[in-house]
Amino acid sequence: MKKDSKTVSTRHSQHKLLQKQPVTDTAFLLAITILLFFTIYALSIIFLGDKGFSKIQMFFNLFNENAALIVIACGLSVVMITGSIDISVGGSTALICTSCIVCLNKHGFNFFTTLLLALLIGLIFGAVQGFLIAYLEMQPFIVTLAGMFLGRGLVALIEVNQIQVDNAAFEALSGSRILIPFLGDVNKKGIFIQSKLEYGVVVALVIVGIMFWFLKKTKLGRSFYAVGGNAQSALMLGINVKRTKFLAHLLCGLLAGIGGFLYLFHTRSGSVQQATGLEMDAIAASIIGGTLLTGGVGNIIGTLFGVLASGIVLLVVTAIGSQDPWWPQITRAAMLCFFILLQSIICSRKKKQD
Amino acid sequence: MSKNNEKISSARILQIINTVIRHKLFIPIAFLVSLLLLNVFINPGFLRITLGKDSAGNPVLIGNLINILSNATELVILAIGMTLVTASSKGQDISVGAAVAIVGGVIMRVLCGNETQPSTLHAPVLLALLLGCLAGMACGAFNGMLVSRFQIQPMVATLILFTAGRSIASMAMGGLKPKAASAFGCYGNFIPGFPVPTPILITIAMIAMTCVILKKTNLGLYTKAVGINDKAASLNGLHPKRIKFLTFIIMGFCVGIAGFVQASRVQTVNPYTIVPSIEMDVILAVALGGNSLGGGKFSIKGSIIGAYTIQTLTSMLTTLNVNTNAVPVFKAVIILILVAIQTPMVSSLFHNKSSRVLISGRKERG
Repeated sequence: MKKDSKTVSTRHSQHKLLQKQPVTDTAFLLAITILLFFTIYALSIIFLGDKGFSKIQMFFNLFNENAALIVIACGLSVVMITGSIDISVGGSTALICTSCIVCLNKHGFNFFTTLLLALLIGLIFGAVQGFLIAYLEMQPFIVTLAGMFLGRGLVALIEVNQIQVDNAAFEALSGSRILIPFLGDVNKKGIFIQSKLEYGVVVALVIVGIMFWFLKKTKLGRSFYAVGGNAQSALMLGINVKRTKFLAHLLCGLLAGIGGFLYLFHTRSGSVQQATGLEMDAIAASIIGGTLLTGGVGNIIGTLFGVLASGIVLLVVTAIGSQDPWWPQITRAAMLCFFILLQSIICSRKKKQD
Repeated sequence: MSKNNEKISSARILQIINTVIRHKLFIPIAFLVSLLLLNVFINPGFLRITLGKDSAGNPVLIGNLINILSNATELVILAIGMTLVTASSKGQDISVGAAVAIVGGVIMRVLCGNETQPSTLHAPVLLALLLGCLAGMACGAFNGMLVSRFQIQPMVATLILFTAGRSIASMAMGGLKPKAASAFGCYGNFIPGFPVPTPILITIAMIAMTCVILKKTNLGLYTKAVGINDKAASLNGLHPKRIKFLTFIIMGFCVGIAGFVQASRVQTVNPYTIVPSIEMDVILAVALGGNSLGGGKFSIKGSIIGAYTIQTLTSMLTTLNVNTNAVPVFKAVIILILVAIQTPMVSSLFHNKSSRVLISGRKERG
């Protein structure tokens, strides 16, 4: 009997320790990601400065290129935190781009109606997939796989060839940049050029801010974590698990809509093969940013840095630049592998302490 | 009396119909048959098989059915492996397309060396096949290690190879796109003088091998046990990790064979476009075959029928002049409907009364 009570009490004290464990783990993963980003950036400035890394514009370009991915990765973080997954975002992005361009060119849509169309497509994808996953309890992977098929296939039904935006007002708007005061680079002729930032980046950063607040402070945001951590206990706590899962997918769809629009805003073109692998990039960014695949743990700031870290790695690999076209993908996969293994090791360590 | 008899017999018939409908393979077979009927309706000569001659004058079988059987080879072989992986690890391997590309790349490198268009094969085909299978099994071992040793969800673990695989294949070929000598082509097309396409023979051999292995060894039983409950399996003296790893190795072997056939079809490999999105087709085949994508019990038969169904659908859409890029729309709609039918929610709507009886009956059987 005595032994039993002893083990119970030690377990109890361990349990108290464990309550703080997840927080430190996420902080640890987050810290690694942020550290990685800054280390690579610093190293690239030191060693590859002559290839443009010392320019301030390079830093802003990192955001310019990845604005859409940041928003889409935020959406994926939300569904991953809820313990689900969405691989249809690449397909829906391609669909949004093509259908918006067709409407802009042929049906006289303006900027706002196009934006509405993009959001609508995203929301429809999110709502249908969310309904099937949450209420019919179908496997998220299969449902969103079908969504990905559907998105890309519909693009081919709308327009087989690659198309460009042919709308002066839209092009003017998407071509405009914000000039950053006091920051800029001196070019070879000695002329000072101000750094430029696209409007999409502002939208993306605002969304990161909103999502950060939303996941930390609102009831719905917290219930995403609860459902992802343990759906059974969440149910016992009185959380409507099905509705929460549905809303997570709806939110992901909305963010995919915004992300798709930003993608269109940046590229101004659409094709069937557009945004191939975007879903994998977004998932990778979330994982690198410390979102656990098992659900319940994740941080939007981490996701932001996940996108930036993989962005800078790709830039460095291209700059080191052997002509071999295979290195960027392999590096990206190696990075993903590293972070997945890290997560797994941390998780198993936690289990052992249990 | 006679009325009573009639009642009994009609009840009996209803029962039989019910068991037929409730049979695991009913949906895939019914779907395949209706697809074939639809094809016959569209093109009355669909089922015709004729003995023609190819450009070299050798006798070959020609017909839509032969094409479907031949083109489905990769799908069937991969579906066998995928069924085992799904059953044991409760997830799917999404890197099969990339792994096939790697296998193709290795085979091309072995056969062609550094030349782009060698007139002779640089190495015996058997060696290429062996190294290709080894490459496939290495991919499987990598995935399997991540899944079993590090306990990562299969879909995420295989995401790594999915991202890198096609680039690795390109690297394996040194960035070249060599075309092997035509002697290599007989494995993906016809052996001169023999009218049946070789891929069909390879499929038959693979299916036979699978049957023998499942009959003679406990692999099937162990896989099921691990998939249903790996803790219980481990308490019963099994090694869930080893069995998961083994299923991934088997998947790798299947990838090796599939890559070999695929490379032999046109004797060249473009790592970025070879077997595009085949992973989706394979998963679809497994789901169509009535297998739960959540692991546990599995039916290889179902997956094989599912694979042929997918191939029939693809070739039907192609003959209807649907754009290749638009084919996925139909697959997506079909998979959604099929999986939705299998969910407990929907099936309880359809069989509100009988479901309870059936569930209890299943429990007794299982």
